[in-house]
Amino acid sequence: MARVVIDPITRIEGHLKIEVEVQNGKVTNAWSSSTLFRGIEIMLQGRDPRDAYLFSQRACGVCTYIHGLASIRSLDNALGAKVADNGRIIRTLLHGSQYLHDHVVHFYHLHALDWVDIVSALKADPKKTAELATKVSPNSPGAGINDFKAVQARVKKFVDSGQLGPFANGYWGHPAYKLPPEANLMAVAHYLTALRQQARTARLMAIFGGKNPHIQSMTYGGVTCAMDLTPDRIAEFKYLWKETMDFVDNVYIPDVLAVASFYKDWGKIGGTKNFLAYGDFPMGPKEPDSYLMPRGAIFNRNFMKVEPVDITLITEQIKHSWYEGDPKGLNPANGETKPKFDKYDTDGRYSWMKAPRYKNEPMEVGPLARVLVAYGKGVPPVKENVDAVLKKLAIPPEALFSTLGRVAARAVETKVIGDAMGTLMGQLIDNIKKGDLNVCDDRPWDQMPSEGMGAGLNDVPRGALGHWIDIKEKKIVNYQMVVPSTWNIGPRDASDKMGPLEEALIGTPVVDPKKPVEILRTVHSFDPCIACGVHVIDTESNEVYKFEVV
Amino acid sequence: MKYCTVLTATMGLSSAYVGKVAAALASAPRPPVIWLALAECTGCAESTLRTMYPWIDELILDIISLDYHETIMAPSGEAAEKSLHDSVTKNAGKFILVVDGAVPTGDNGNFGTVAGKTMLELVKEIGPKAMATVCIGTCASYGGLPAAAPNPTQAKSVAEVTGLKTVNIPGCPPNPINFVGTIVNFLLFGKLPALDDKGRPLFAYGQLIHDQCPRRGHFEAGEFVTNFNSEEARKGFCLYQMGCKGPETYNNCPIVKWNDGTSWPVQAGHPCIGCSEPNFWDKFTPFFKSS
Repeated sequence: MARVVIDPITRIEGHLKIEVEVQNGKVTNAWSSSTLFRGIEIMLQGRDPRDAYLFSQRACGVCTYIHGLASIRSLDNALGAKVADNGRIIRTLLHGSQYLHDHVVHFYHLHALDWVDIVSALKADPKKTAELATKVSPNSPGAGINDFKAVQARVKKFVDSGQLGPFANGYWGHPAYKLPPEANLMAVAHYLTALRQQARTARLMAIFGGKNPHIQSMTYGGVTCAMDLTPDRIAEFKYLWKETMDFVDNVYIPDVLAVASFYKDWGKIGGTKNFLAYGDFPMGPKEPDSYLMPRGAIFNRNFMKVEPVDITLITEQIKHSWYEGDPKGLNPANGETKPKFDKYDTDGRYSWMKAPRYKNEPMEVGPLARVLVAYGKGVPPVKENVDAVLKKLAIPPEALFSTLGRVAARAVETKVIGDAMGTLMGQLIDNIKKGDLNVCDDRPWDQMPSEGMGAGLNDVPRGALGHWIDIKEKKIVNYQMVVPSTWNIGPRDASDKMGPLEEALIGTPVVDPKKPVEILRTVHSFDPCIACGVHVIDTESNEVYKFEVV
Repeated sequence: MKYCTVLTATMGLSSAYVGKVAAALASAPRPPVIWLALAECTGCAESTLRTMYPWIDELILDIISLDYHETIMAPSGEAAEKSLHDSVTKNAGKFILVVDGAVPTGDNGNFGTVAGKTMLELVKEIGPKAMATVCIGTCASYGGLPAAAPNPTQAKSVAEVTGLKTVNIPGCPPNPINFVGTIVNFLLFGKLPALDDKGRPLFAYGQLIHDQCPRRGHFEAGEFVTNFNSEEARKGFCLYQMGCKGPETYNNCPIVKWNDGTSWPVQAGHPCIGCSEPNFWDKFTPFFKSS
C-alpha cells in the first residue's frame, strides 16, 4: 500500500493538498486538505452592509463576481430592497457571462492537460488533423492544414528552446493519455485559441460590470450602470455574446465530445451519490419559480425523484477541520468557532475547510448536480442537450455519475445558460423600449431599514452558494458564506463520512503513483476553487437557519 | 506590432520605442519568471490572463519563461515542486519573482502552506534569490484584503516580511497592461521602471484618477450624482458625493480603462474604491457615503 501526497494541486484556484492510499493500482482511501485560511467573514463584522459585496467578491478571483452577487442578494433580502427588473436582468446577464468565461477556461486551461498530451501533438500529421477537426465540428474555425502546421511549428519552436515554462515536468507520455497525436494537436490549437477567446469573453462582464475580474457595479436592488442601458452598449454585448456562443457551439462542445469519446471508461470512475442545487438564473421577477436551472436535492442517484430543498437542514461539521467548537456543528449556539491549527493528521484534523452536510449527508454541488436536478425535473433545453450527449457518446444515463459526467454536464449547462442570455437581452431591450430605465432601488440609504437578516442563495459555476447577512443599526453583526467547494472538497464529517471529492477518488486507477495524472482528472472535474471554501462562521448565528429562503 | 504600440504608449515612451519594444520581446533565452501565489484569490492571475497587448499565449510562449505558476502549470505535487526548485537553482539571481497574495504571519504562518512549507517560509527563501521581486496586486504589495481589520491571519506585504525592495503593481486586481508594461520595461532597459514612494511604477500610477477622470468637468461644474437610480446617474455626473475615492487614488484606469478599453468602474456608474492605495479596505471604508 502506498500513500501518495499531491501538494500543491495545480490548475485550480487556491491551495489544495490531496493525499490518497493506493492498493493494487487503485485509490482505496483519500483525504482532501485545504491549506489557506484568510477569514473574510471576520473582517465583515461591524462594517457597512453595502461594502460586503466588494469584500466578499474577493473570496475568489476565478469565479469572480459570484460572491458579489450572492452578497448583494442577501442584502436585498435582509432589507427588503425592491429589485428593479433591469437590475435583475443585468445581474443575470453578468452571471451568464461568468459561466461562459469560467467553464471554457476550466475545460481548456485547468482541465485539458489531464487528458491531452502536448508533446504527442508534435507527431501529428497536420492534414489528418484538419480532417479530424472538420469531422468533429464542420464549422470549426482555424481548421485548415496550414493552421495546424503553424500551431505545430510554434509548439516545436517552444519545445526546442528547452525552456518549457509551465509545461515542464508535465506527465507527457503517460500511458493514461489516450488521444491520438492528431486529436492532441487539435486540442493544443484550441487551448491556444481559447486563451485569446477568454480575454474577449471577459469583456462581456466589463460592459455592465466596469471591469473583469472583480466587477464594480452593484447596489441594493440592482446595479449602478445607468449609463450603459443604451443601444450601442447592448449591441456590443450582443456581438461579444454571439462570438462566445460561436466558440461554445463550434469548438468547446465538439471538443468535449471528441475528447470524451476516447475516455469512455471515465464514465464509470469518479462518481458520487447525492446532489444539491439551489438553482439560479431568474428569467422573470418571481424567484425561485422563474429559475432556468431549478432548485432540488437528489439522494442515492435517484434523479427521477428530485426533492425540495430545506436549508434549515444544512449543518457545517468540524470534527476533521482546524476549528474549535462542536464537531457535529448541529448546535452552533453552544460555543464559539475559532480557527485553531494544530497539525496535519489524516486521522484527526486535516483541513481549513469545514464539512457541510444536508440531512447529514455529503452532497455534490455544481454542474452535474444542477444538470441532474434539471434533467429530473424535465427542463426542456437541459433534457434535449443531455440526451444528445448520451446519444452521441453512446453511453447510458448512469454514466453521468462520473468524472466524465461532470465534464459533460459543464458543457451542457454552458450551452443552455448561454442560449438563455439571448432571452434576457430581449427582456432588457423590451424594458428600455417601454421607457423603463430603472436600475436599482430608488430609496436613499437613510430611508432603508436599519435592521434585517437575509440570505442570498445562488447556483454559481462551481455549485450551490449561500451568503447570510445579519444587520443591526446599519452595520453587519454577522456574515456567513457556505460555498460550493466546501461542499465538494471539504473533509470528513462528524461521523467520519467522506466528502464528495474524497468519495469520488475511491477506485480511481493509478498506474504510477509518482505521476498521478488519473487523480488529477477527478480532482479537476470538480473545478475546485479553494479560497472561497475557507472561512469562519460565527457560531452565535444558529439564527441563520431561520432566515427566509428567497 | 499593435500590442507593442499600445504598450509603448502606456509606458509613456515615445513611438520611436515601438520597434525596440518588439525586439526586446523576442529575446532569447526568454527571461525566467517564477510566480508565487500566497494568500490570494487568483484575481491577479486571472487579470493577467486578460492581457491583449500582448496576448497571454504570446507572453508565456514567446516572451517570458513562466517556470512556476500554480494556476496554469501542467504538473502538480512533486513534479510541480521540481519545476520550482529547478528554476530557482538554475536561475539564481537571474529570475524575476512575481508574487500575488499577502503573507500570513500569524500562528507561525500556518494559515497558509504550499507543499508543507508555510507561505512565510517560501517567500523568505525564494525572495532573496530573485533578481527582482514584482508584487502584483494590493495584497502582495501592501497586505490588501487579508490584512483588512482585524487582520485575522496577521497578513503582511512581501516587502514587510522579506525586507526586499519590491516593485508594486497594486490594484484589486491591477490592470494587466500595467504588469506587462513593467516586465517589458525591464526587458527593454534592463532595469525596473521609475517608482513612486509606494513602490509603484510612475508610468501607471503617476497621476490621480480624479485628474484624469472624464467626469471631472461635472465635478468642477458642481454636477453630482446623489442617487444611483436618477437622471444625474444616467447623464454621468460626478460620483464624488456617492463616495468616489478618485481624488485620493493614483492609477491610470480612466485612460487605459479595462478589458481592452471596454469600461472602468466610474463609467459603470460606481464610485472608485481606491483599490491601488495601501490599506484601502480600512482607510477608504465605508466606501459609500450615506445619504
